[in-house]
Amino acid sequence: MNPAATVQAPDPGIEARFRLVWSGFALDAALQLPGRGVSALFGHSGSGKTTLLRCLAGLERATDGYLAVRGELWQDDARGVFVPTHRRPLGYVFQEASLFPHLSVRRNLEFGQKRVATAERRVSLDFAIELLGIAPLLERMPERLSGGERQRVAIARALATSPRLLLMDEPLAALDAQRKAEILPYLERLHGELDIPVVYVSHAPEEVARLADHVVLLRDGRVLASGAIEEVMPRLDLPFAHDEDAFVVVDAQVAERDERFALTRLEFGGLPLWITGLDAPLGAQVRARVLARDVSLALAERHDSSILNVLPARVVSLDDASPGRTLVRLDVAGRALLARITKRSAVQMGIAPGMSLFAQVKGVALLR
Amino acid sequence: MMSAADLAAIRLTLELAAVTTAILLVIGTPVAWWLARTRSRLKGVVGAVVALPLVLPPTVIGFYLLLLMGPHGPVGQLTQALGIGLLPFSFAGLVVGSVFYSLPFVVQPLQQAFEAIGERPLEVAATLRAGALDTFFSVVLPLARPGFVTAAVLGFAHTVGEFGVVLMIGGNIPEKTRVVSVQIYDHVEALEYAQAHWLSAGMVVFSFLVLFLLHSRKRGSVR
Repeated sequence: MNPAATVQAPDPGIEARFRLVWSGFALDAALQLPGRGVSALFGHSGSGKTTLLRCLAGLERATDGYLAVRGELWQDDARGVFVPTHRRPLGYVFQEASLFPHLSVRRNLEFGQKRVATAERRVSLDFAIELLGIAPLLERMPERLSGGERQRVAIARALATSPRLLLMDEPLAALDAQRKAEILPYLERLHGELDIPVVYVSHAPEEVARLADHVVLLRDGRVLASGAIEEVMPRLDLPFAHDEDAFVVVDAQVAERDERFALTRLEFGGLPLWITGLDAPLGAQVRARVLARDVSLALAERHDSSILNVLPARVVSLDDASPGRTLVRLDVAGRALLARITKRSAVQMGIAPGMSLFAQVKGVALLR
Repeated sequence: MMSAADLAAIRLTLELAAVTTAILLVIGTPVAWWLARTRSRLKGVVGAVVALPLVLPPTVIGFYLLLLMGPHGPVGQLTQALGIGLLPFSFAGLVVGSVFYSLPFVVQPLQQAFEAIGERPLEVAATLRAGALDTFFSVVLPLARPGFVTAAVLGFAHTVGEFGVVLMIGGNIPEKTRVVSVQIYDHVEALEYAQAHWLSAGMVVFSFLVLFLLHSRKRGSVR
């Protein structure tokens, strides 16, 4: 790991421990989340991610719970502390927008804001309206909005309470692909423009890849893994890497734009990564996604193929859990990449940890 | 045509129904809220007690209220000790009887309205900093408004149609306890069929209009 990254300013972040037992389900989770950026709670349905989110909000009462958010104690059952939901400075976006049907969009937005003391209002109504692009909807009633519009209003409504923690329970799950695509840019703006930590529940890897900085993987009410997305996604001991669409994310900078061939050169760790298209401006910080199945390996650096990106790599570890396939974790300039190749190739090439070779990257997708 | 006694009976009936409905909305709302939200085992017991007037003969309710509120009953001794006197054969006694008699007609529509709102709007309100009482007035009341209209109309109409309980605990005192239904009974006893018709037909028209408005409202408010 980069030694500079370990010397951080003290960030109390979010510390949470919840234990809760229902018939047929038990949540037993301990978490340490960063105090900024987006943390994704990821898992299949029934893994306890929504229950965990509801515990953070105080909507579900864990029998044995502890929660401190950026140095503020919200719950500590050992000491009899439980701040009820309406006294917690949080914003919550439900899966279905849940706007109050008897109030106009404007009055929905004001509902939360006017209950926050003036001195604690850090997010103005106008800012929330502008950020989510809902100015034209203000006088409408919720029943006259589309699903995507409702969800944007719900997000603005939560923001207008100036939350110190924003909780989102699969805010896109109830929407079709087109509406999802309509909202994602707004969520990214949220990420870029506000210093509010977000805990985001999702079961869609696509959303996690685009939005998350930190990933918590849940299974059967327990935390399987928790860490920065760059570190968690390539871990061979976790189910992500074995997914058909397994991927890693690479945060990089736009270094060059080739107008003639409509290519953009990203740079990460001093290495070039070419992507098609000219979507990002020069100098921008972007996030790219590399699928494991789009990475092949070569023992020598070859420039006689159509593949643009050939990067020097070192084999970190191997996993051949699935029949006929070998998953290879690579170190490329300090970043992790995954390559999925056939087992025969792995054997014939004699691939082993520590080996130096070349990763041929067939496709890179720009996420944001 | 209607006599002065008939008009007095109508006025008294409307007054009784109005007072009863107002009291029932105040008492019935927390009871219905509790019934709609509780997971207590007492829910079944309380729900059954509230529904009792639906199946009991009004004379049974009247009989026990008479015993309770009479000079030897616990309520009667309390009201005497407080200097209120005895409730039977007074307007106040009629109000007490009507409140019991019409209780399910107010509580049940309210309970259904509260249950229909569900948990979600309450949780949303909590995440928007609204405490329990605040949520009740700013979210629950507006969302349950159709339920309140139904409850008030049914409570009012059912009290107007009360007879058995009134007869048991109110007797037949002009301008004090003689309501329309009792007045009709008197007219029929006295073979004054014309007068009985005026009042009876009036009741039919009133009841029909109430139910008609209620039903057309329900159909209109389907979202």
